[in-house]
Amino acid sequence: MSDTAPATFRVATEESPLFQVILTVIVLALLVLLLFAPLVAVFYEALGKGWVTAVTSLADPEALSAIRLTLTVAAIAVPLNTIFGIAAAWLITKYDFRGKALLITLIDLPFSVSPVVVGLCIVLTFGANSWIGALLVQAGHPVVFALPGIVLASMIVTFPFVARELIPVMVEQGRAEEEAALTLGASGWRTFRTVTLPNIRWALLYGVLLCNARAMGEFGAVSVVSGKIRGQTATMPITIEMLYNEYLSVAAFALAAVLACLAFVTLALKTFLEIRHADALAAARRH
Amino acid sequence: MGKPLIHRSPIPGLGISAGITLTLLSLVVLLPIGALLAKGAAAGPERLWGEVNSARIWASLWLSFRLSFLAAAFNLVFGVALAWVLARYRFPGRRLIDAAVDLPFALPTAVAGIALTALYAPNGVFGAVARELGFKIAYTPLGILIALVFVGLPFVVRTVQPVIDEIEREVEEASATLGASRAHTIRHVILPMLAPAALTGFALALARAVGEYGSVIFIAGNLPMKTEIAPLLIVIKLEEFNYDGATAIGIAMLVISFLMLFVINAIQVWSRRRIGYV
Repeated sequence: MSDTAPATFRVATEESPLFQVILTVIVLALLVLLLFAPLVAVFYEALGKGWVTAVTSLADPEALSAIRLTLTVAAIAVPLNTIFGIAAAWLITKYDFRGKALLITLIDLPFSVSPVVVGLCIVLTFGANSWIGALLVQAGHPVVFALPGIVLASMIVTFPFVARELIPVMVEQGRAEEEAALTLGASGWRTFRTVTLPNIRWALLYGVLLCNARAMGEFGAVSVVSGKIRGQTATMPITIEMLYNEYLSVAAFALAAVLACLAFVTLALKTFLEIRHADALAAARRH
Repeated sequence: MGKPLIHRSPIPGLGISAGITLTLLSLVVLLPIGALLAKGAAAGPERLWGEVNSARIWASLWLSFRLSFLAAAFNLVFGVALAWVLARYRFPGRRLIDAAVDLPFALPTAVAGIALTALYAPNGVFGAVARELGFKIAYTPLGILIALVFVGLPFVVRTVQPVIDEIEREVEEASATLGASRAHTIRHVILPMLAPAALTGFALALARAVGEYGSVIFIAGNLPMKTEIAPLLIVIKLEEFNYDGATAIGIAMLVISFLMLFVINAIQVWSRRRIGYV
């Protein structure tokens, strides 16, 4: 051995091949235990008694109304949060004002509050024994244990998503292009539509995607305010919990599999955006 | 004095963007959280303390914070290792694994909860193995820990990965040229550069775990004094229509979370200053 040089040299900035293999195997083994196994379990349990049973359980009126409610909630909460996100990002990146840091902290606040505490806050604000809640119930528009409460809960937990994706991108792009368009005589709205929007559309889509996934899957905050009335205020995650607690395992996991498919679509689109439109996303998303 | 509240800007839309932002922020975030604090103020500190000061609630708060800390610490080590493997090593399926790391962000927590329970319950695939070995995973604190590791997994990876991509190979080469072993380079050159980002990820994972509900309640078993997490007690108090009790626990959780974030922020500032790396 001493008379011949080794066939391959190891680069000084790499770990030994053996170390690389061992570390990779350990990390992947943990990922299988923690991430992939649960995912397989969802589909295994859903299809354990055959396709027919699983699909039949999804056609149950209770399941159908849960799917409808979840779609309705997302269809209201996500556009509202998108409008908010655009407005907040515009305000924060196009103007200089005092208290900007405080504003950003307040926008991010929902991420550091437990979803259950979010639900509690809604009950305390709009519940039947608060004065606002009592007025609304009298007027025939209850918030808690009804659609508005569920929408509000979903909105709070997904509140920062869109703004968070847009702010770094819009900071990077600066104000010069908008100022040029305005100098050339474009109206404010036209500037936004033809200059700003094309620059931020992929980051916007990215934020909307994350916002939607969380809104459709939210459990903690919604479970506090929903009242869990079958066929009326039970969203998909809430219905999964009720079915699971009634030992209707196939039905619970079939509904869970639908939500898992939504997660796949979200991840696929997200990865596509990260690869295809990396330069239009926030720097932390590029890899 | 001196500095104006807002600088004049030629860009239009200040009124409408400020209007939308402040209206929605007030209605959606400030009003509800303000209501919690107002409810707490109306009940008074003595009443709140009386509600919190029971063995069952202390046990749940201690369980929540202890396990969240352990889960975030596990994710700190595992997340740095995973980010390193994804950023530096090449193996088949790397792209797929990279995308899958975000699964806990995309998968609804209730789905994760029942899936983990199906696996780690005594009659599940992994639970059966544990039973053979003489211990239980689901319905014990260990089960809660697994759920919290699951939900916190992406945070450290996603904060550390971009920093690894930014490291210039020349720095590592310089270290090697000066005679440092690879282990020495990792310990004294690379890990210090990753520390601030890793701590940020740790803080995010910790904050998320403390408040986590959906993925935990299925696997926890929810035995009072043993496997009952703090958010669950809020739900129980609300079901008993004990609003003061729920408010007291909610405020306690808010205060402890903010204190933890404050401490971790301070550690970050300190480590950034010490290393001189932003």
